[in-house]
Amino acid sequence: MGLEIAGRTVASRLIFGTGGFRSLEVMAGALRESGAELATLALRRVDPGARGSIVDVLEQAGCALLPNTAGCYTAHDAVVTAQLAREAFATDWIKLEVIGDERTLLPDAAELLDAAETLVDDGFTVLPYTSDDPVLARRLEDAGCAAVMPLGSPIGSGIGIGNPYNLRLIVEQASVPVILDAGIGTASDAAMAMEAGCDGILLASAIARAADPPRMARAMRLAVDAGRLAFESGRIPRRRYAEASTPSEGLPELT
Amino acid sequence: MRVQINGDPTELPERTTVADVVVASGASPDGRGVAVAIDGEVVPRADWDEPVRPEQRIEVLQAVQGG
Repeated sequence: MGLEIAGRTVASRLIFGTGGFRSLEVMAGALRESGAELATLALRRVDPGARGSIVDVLEQAGCALLPNTAGCYTAHDAVVTAQLAREAFATDWIKLEVIGDERTLLPDAAELLDAAETLVDDGFTVLPYTSDDPVLARRLEDAGCAAVMPLGSPIGSGIGIGNPYNLRLIVEQASVPVILDAGIGTASDAAMAMEAGCDGILLASAIARAADPPRMARAMRLAVDAGRLAFESGRIPRRRYAEASTPSEGLPELT
Repeated sequence: MRVQINGDPTELPERTTVADVVVASGASPDGRGVAVAIDGEVVPRADWDEPVRPEQRIEVLQAVQGG
């Protein structure tokens, strides 16, 4: 079973962030290895010298587009950016980011909720990048967001899951998909988030800035699948002491 | 007339349309992955044949990689 968001199912639970790759060619190779069917992109002022089109690369790969509002610090700017993205890409899906701090790029909760409410009213399918605050996640869901996307740790930090307790609370209470967005450093971080019950992972830097992005993309794909399988399979409880797996019955007397 | 395109003061002939500005900016002429804002408001594609007016701040945006 794939990842279902707002009535649409994608087979892969890995959402591909396209930021940070040194070239479109490297990105295309990593995208293939990741198996992703949904990928982010952004809008910036036209650069007449830019080579190639990211839209072409994503469409040739059969990837649906998830535009973002990266770089916005107010609800107003994020809402206008989302409306521009809807014009540019003919989709009402938006990865909503409203940043509150330049150094950590942590979300601004008040502006984020404000923008989410406005965009939902305007007919957008809103996927908000949020802090790992269970109360804010619930407020975003109540506002009509199609998913919640808590961070593991700051964007591009590679720190992993900073607060697994909060992440589990968000997963437990959510009735929309929970997609871990930001902070993944390596494959085990992705597996851990999926084992905690996340429905998907969105990552960019961990693949884009790895020494070998296509191989790391494959590692992430396997980790997401492994973590999901483990979650669905029901892990054993942790115990204080050992529990033998070989029967003690039928042991011979040897002394 | 004088306008600003992506932050740069630019001199344009009268009756220049939004679509003309898009082409002149170097964006892909079919407008795929392109969006325009004038004075902070989105210009829907259906209005790209409208003329731009003096002193407007025009932003022509295009798809880029981003996480």
